[in-house]
Amino acid sequence: MPDDEKQPGVPPTGTGGASGPTGASAGASEHSERGAVAFSPVEQHRPHAPTVTGRSREGMFGISGSGDTSGFGGLRLPAYAPAPAERPYGGWFDEVVDETAAALEEGGLVAFDEAVPQVTVDRGEMTWYVAREHLPALATTLRDDPALRFEFCSGVSGVDYGEGIPQQLHSVTQLLSMTYRRRLRLEVCLDVDDAHCPSLVSIYPTADWHERETWDMFGIVYDGHPSLTRILMPDDWNGHPQLKSYPLGGIPVEYKGAEIPPPDQRRAYT
Amino acid sequence: MSTDVPTTDATEAADPYAASSRETTEGTVYTVTGGDWDELVDESTGDERIVINMGPQHPSTHGVLRLVLEISGETVTDVRLVIGYLHTGIEKNCEYRTWTQGVTFVTRADYLAPLFTETAYCMSTERLLGIEVPTRAQVIRVLLMEINRIGSHLVALATGGMELGALTGMTNGFREREEVLHLLEFLTGLRMNHAFIRPGGVVQDLPEGAEKRILEFCDVMDSRLPGFHQLLTGNAIWQQRLVGIGYLPLDGCLSLGVTGPILRSAGLAWDLRKIDPYLGYDQYDFEVPTDNAADSFARYKLRVEEMHQSLRIVRQCVEALEPGPVMVQDAKIAWPAKLSIGADGMGNSLEHVRQIMGQSMESLIHHFKLVTEGFKVPPGQAYVPIESPRGELGAHLVSDGGTRPLRVHLREPSFVNLQAAPAMCEGGMVSDVIAALASLDPVMGGCDR
Repeated sequence: MPDDEKQPGVPPTGTGGASGPTGASAGASEHSERGAVAFSPVEQHRPHAPTVTGRSREGMFGISGSGDTSGFGGLRLPAYAPAPAERPYGGWFDEVVDETAAALEEGGLVAFDEAVPQVTVDRGEMTWYVAREHLPALATTLRDDPALRFEFCSGVSGVDYGEGIPQQLHSVTQLLSMTYRRRLRLEVCLDVDDAHCPSLVSIYPTADWHERETWDMFGIVYDGHPSLTRILMPDDWNGHPQLKSYPLGGIPVEYKGAEIPPPDQRRAYT
Repeated sequence: MSTDVPTTDATEAADPYAASSRETTEGTVYTVTGGDWDELVDESTGDERIVINMGPQHPSTHGVLRLVLEISGETVTDVRLVIGYLHTGIEKNCEYRTWTQGVTFVTRADYLAPLFTETAYCMSTERLLGIEVPTRAQVIRVLLMEINRIGSHLVALATGGMELGALTGMTNGFREREEVLHLLEFLTGLRMNHAFIRPGGVVQDLPEGAEKRILEFCDVMDSRLPGFHQLLTGNAIWQQRLVGIGYLPLDGCLSLGVTGPILRSAGLAWDLRKIDPYLGYDQYDFEVPTDNAADSFARYKLRVEEMHQSLRIVRQCVEALEPGPVMVQDAKIAWPAKLSIGADGMGNSLEHVRQIMGQSMESLIHHFKLVTEGFKVPPGQAYVPIESPRGELGAHLVSDGGTRPLRVHLREPSFVNLQAAPAMCEGGMVSDVIAALASLDPVMGGCDR
C-alpha cells in the first residue's frame, strides 16, 4: 500500500519531478475554501444524513474582493443535495427495488433500507446510495437474482465533490442488466480520512482496472482488490490527481504583452 | 580432420564444454564443440522462464502499450499490460473549462473515433440540461459518427494487417481512410479533433454540396471495401494467423466487461444503436452482424461487415436530412457567434461581428458572457452510453450547478477491453499475442485519457 494513503488530499507540492508549479494551488484554494458546509433546507426532514453533492455559493459569479456595489454579492445559494425519490418511482424502478428488497430478505442478508439509505431518481436514471459495508452483498444479489440479473458492470469511477462537503468522495458503479436492459448506479459516499470501499473484483472481474484507476486518481482504497496498484500514473507518483485539492498545474503564458495565468488560476464564474 | 583423442580425460569429465586440444607441428589445435542439444532443451524447458518486455515503443503493440510477457519456450504463460503512457489528464482538464470547451478536450481522447466521444459527452450534457437536440443536428451527428466508424474500422484493419505483416492491408486501409478524412475535413473543417458536435447540436450546418460529396464517398467505398475480402478474407496466411486466435467466449466477455465487435463475435447481438436507440437510430434500417467463432478472424469479418452497414446508414442519413436548425434555439445555450467560411478559412461571420460591434450592445454582452462564462448546468449527474467502434462508450458527467463540469468521466471501451488481453493470450504463442491484441483494437489515447 503506498504510504501516502493517510493523506490522500495532500497535493504533491515539491515531491517528485513531475508535479506542476508549487504555487499553482494558491488561487484555486481561495475559491474552494468558501464552499463550506451548506445550508440545506431539506436537511431537517431527512432521517439519515443527507447526501450533499455540491457546494454552496454566494455572490453572482463566484468572484470576491472586486468591490461589488451592485448588491448581487449578497446572493446565497445552498449546496445541492439530490432529493430522495418517493414512491412510486415510475417505470421499472419500483420493481427492481422491490425485487432487491425481497432477495436480500430471502438471503437473510440485510434490510434494503439499511443497505441503501437513499434512492434517487433523476433524469430517468436511478441512483442507489449504498452503505459501503453492504456493497458486496448487494452487488452479488443484483447480479445473481433471476429477477434482477445485473450481469454486466459498465465501470467504477470516483467523484470528488470538494473540500467542506460531508463524505466528499463518491465511488460510483454503473451496472447494466443485459437481460432486462436496465441501468442502475450504485454510489458509495466516503470520507477522505477513511476512503475505504469494498472491492467488487470478485463479483465483477471487470472492476479490476476501474478500481485501480479510481485508487490512482482519487485515493479510494478498495479492500479486497487483488493488486491495488497505480495504473495511469507512474508507480512512484505522490498524491491522487483527480482530487479537487490536487492542483491542475500549468504555467503562465505571455501573449502579446499580457500574461495569461494557467487554467486553474484563471477567473472562474462557476 | 582426423579424430583426436582428448588430452586429459579427467578435465573433460569435469567440464563437457571445455575445448579439447591437440599438439601439432603448427601449434596447439583446439576442437570447440557445443553442448549436447538434448541437454540444452532440458535446461530451457525446466523451471527457467523468460520475461520479455514488449513496448511501449513497438510497432506491433497498437500504440504506446507495454506488454510484459512471461514465456516458456515460445508459449506465453503470463501477460501483464502496462498502460498510462498516454495519460494526459483530459478528465481533470475538463473540470477547469466550460461545458462547451470540454468538447475540445474529450475529442482528443480516442483520436480514431473523436466524433463518438464528442457525441457521448454532448448527449450527457444535454441530459443534464434537459434539452432536446433538433432533428437535423441528430441526423448530422449520426452521419458523422457512421463516417467516423468506417474510418476507425479501416485503421483497425490497416494496423492489424501491418502488425501481422500484411503490408498491403495497411496501405489499402490507410488509403481508404484518407477518403474518410478528406470527407470529414470537408464536412467539419478538420481531419481529426473536430470539436464539431457541441452541447445543444452541432457547431455549424453542413457546407454546400455536402450531400453530393457524401454520396460520392459512399460509391468510392462501395467499390473499394470488397477489396479487403479479395485481399485478406480468403488469404490462407491471414486465416492461419487469425482463425482460433484470441478466443474469448461470451461468459468471458460479460465478466470482463468487454463490448463492441469482440462481444458480438462471441454471438451476442449487443449493439446500443439497436438495444437502446439514441439520436433516432431506430429510424435507420441496418443490421448488427454477429459471429459465433469468438476469435480474431470473426472480429475482422465483423468489422468489414460493420463498415458496409455504416455505409447503409450514411446513405439513409443523406435522405433524412431535412432543412432546419442544427442548434437548440435557446439563446442561453447556443453558441452566439455565427461562423462562416471566409477566404482565409473558417471564422466569425462579418455579419455577426457587425451586429455585435455596431448595432446591438445587448448582443455583444450576451456574446461576451456566454463565451467567457459559459452556461450553467443544473446540478445532478448523467451517464449516457453510446456504441463506439470499440464498444460501449459512456460519458458520466456530474454538475454542481456551475458553468464548469464537476466531474467528467469517460467509460472508454479501449480501457475496458484491454483487460481481456491476458485471457485471450495466455497459453498461446508470442506471435498470437499480436493477432489477439490487434483484434481488440485498443486506442491508447482513449484508454489512458
